[in-house]
Amino acid sequence: MEDISALMHGFAVALTPFNLLLMFIGVSLGVIIGVLPGLGGANGIAILLPLTFSMPPTSAIIMLSCIYWGALFGGAITSILFNIPGEPWSVATTFDGYPMAQQGRAAEALTAAFTSSFVGALVAVIMITFLAPLVARFALQFGPPEFFAVYFLTFCSFIGMGKEPPFKILASMMLGFALAAVGIDTVTGQLRLIFGWHELMRGFDFLIAVIGLFGVGEILLSMEEGLAFSGRAAKINSKIVLETWKKLPRYWATSIRSCLIGCWLGITPGGATPASFMSYGVAKRMSPDGQKFGTGQLEGVVAPETAAHAAGTSALLPMLALGIPGSPTAAVLLGGLLIWGLQPGPLLFIEQRDFVWGLIASMYLGNIAGLIMVLTCVPLFAAILRVPFSIIAPVIIVICSIGAYTVHNAMLDIWFMLLFGVAGYAFKKLSYPLAPLVLALVLGDRAEDAFRQSMLMSQGHVQIFFANWLVGSMTALGIVMLLWPLFSRWRERARKPAAAAAG
Amino acid sequence: MSDTPERSAEPAGGITTRSAEIAVAVVLFGIASLVIYDSARLGFRWGAEGPGAGYFPFYIGVIIAVSSIVNLVQAAFGRSRVRGAIFVQWQPLRQVLSVLLPAAVFVLGIQVIGIYVASAIYIAGFMLWLGKYGWFKSAVVGFAVAAVSFVTFEVWFQVPLYKGAFDPLAFLGY
Repeated sequence: MEDISALMHGFAVALTPFNLLLMFIGVSLGVIIGVLPGLGGANGIAILLPLTFSMPPTSAIIMLSCIYWGALFGGAITSILFNIPGEPWSVATTFDGYPMAQQGRAAEALTAAFTSSFVGALVAVIMITFLAPLVARFALQFGPPEFFAVYFLTFCSFIGMGKEPPFKILASMMLGFALAAVGIDTVTGQLRLIFGWHELMRGFDFLIAVIGLFGVGEILLSMEEGLAFSGRAAKINSKIVLETWKKLPRYWATSIRSCLIGCWLGITPGGATPASFMSYGVAKRMSPDGQKFGTGQLEGVVAPETAAHAAGTSALLPMLALGIPGSPTAAVLLGGLLIWGLQPGPLLFIEQRDFVWGLIASMYLGNIAGLIMVLTCVPLFAAILRVPFSIIAPVIIVICSIGAYTVHNAMLDIWFMLLFGVAGYAFKKLSYPLAPLVLALVLGDRAEDAFRQSMLMSQGHVQIFFANWLVGSMTALGIVMLLWPLFSRWRERARKPAAAAAG
Repeated sequence: MSDTPERSAEPAGGITTRSAEIAVAVVLFGIASLVIYDSARLGFRWGAEGPGAGYFPFYIGVIIAVSSIVNLVQAAFGRSRVRGAIFVQWQPLRQVLSVLLPAAVFVLGIQVIGIYVASAIYIAGFMLWLGKYGWFKSAVVGFAVAAVSFVTFEVWFQVPLYKGAFDPLAFLGY
């Protein structure tokens, strides 16, 4: 019950007029970011982060997390009306959302998408409210080996659960670690990997990488596809909203399943995108109308949207409780914490109660604000997509450049952004995943510190990662994840001859 | 982004996926060699007060090297890849370059004349040449975006942006 009173205190923190204003600004910026190609939650927040340096941290995180909620909502608008997923996690929403729009049921689809997003987020926030303090309290006993084991598990999960070829995931992740190592070594103070180029002393900031990889890279990709927007008009009125809301309780089972899938994949670094696909697939298999999926089923919109939002929201749990982000966007928020002078990790719940509970309270309020905004302003946001790409593309490049510059007031960073953009384009086309790269770049120094401290404790013996049941089981689970692709390939091979014999 | 069958059957050429894969793997291997080289210089062994500065990056470099070799071999000799799959065809590549090259010129422009003037010219130019808009409309949009960002950053948030080696906006006093 202590947590409930802490939450109430959080509401008091979040409910000042200034913070409420920031919430609405954040959500509307977020929806715009979600609607625009080339700007997403991660790089949108990365670009706006420098503007919050002078704000109090609590207000800053409220605004930035609201941008995140807004971006999650915004992805659905373009998927349903234009058949263009504004965000990767809304790809699955196009399967049934766009057919519904073609049949003239766009408003119904949008209402369902927004409402189920809200439900997914709400469930995840409730889970965070009760689970995060417990996890943080538990993690207080962690020493360097335990933290390294958590990092190890996080990164191995990318390999075990990723769809990309395992060696590409590994290469991309390790590239992130290598880039993180550039600059001054935090332990010995030596200069690493700068090859006499002193401007590199600062190292590669992950914000630059995020803006380049996701922003510029995305623009290059969209340019190649030669975007021709042909959208459906939509206007939502209260009658349709109420009618849709009456239909939605029918899909309670799908909703619960999607929430579970979303929360699980959000906490583990699976992320919102696989969550939305998996949830769509499960709903299709379990639903009595499964055969009709893809032709404009309301349930086919409910499932991925619920899961994507649940995953996107619960990705903040490990970020808050352990200091380990579950998604690139959570990683950017974590970077924000460091810049505002807060040390992420379990101590945050003790030392920065106002901040943590203000943020959690703002998750409740921000999602309500988001739901109201998107339900009332859909035509406005959809109009943004009618602005031709030949205006939007250069404007986004300009915005990205400004964002890259403001991180360190360094001209060189703009060049790096461009370089990361080209790399992002090539990586995306060759299915090298970007999320592990970004997470490794954010966590690189901390993972290395944890590793070196553990090595010091044990005088160089790796056995320290198996010293007790806690660290041992995490390390073992990590190794299982790491070897998972081998195992699944072996199983596939064992099954194939059998299937061939049967067929 | 998988090519539809009829598209890949087209005679229109492009950069093959195979060569793109090989190029990326070679670049990654090059980066790995740099990392390994510098880590070895810093000392990747156990130093006087614990692991040396090159200890962690050394193994990172080794893992990148190994995985890029695996990716290279799979791209070059793997049977899973359809031979002749196209990474990007010439026409889309031209479109990508028509965004990338002006963007590079734009960044160079920032270095010389600062972010605001370069943005205005870049946006107007992009609309004029690639968007086929009229002079007037392009100039208005370019100026408007630059002016809005100037007011937002310099006046409102008081975050000074890069004004370039020759500051053409010095007369504004910011």
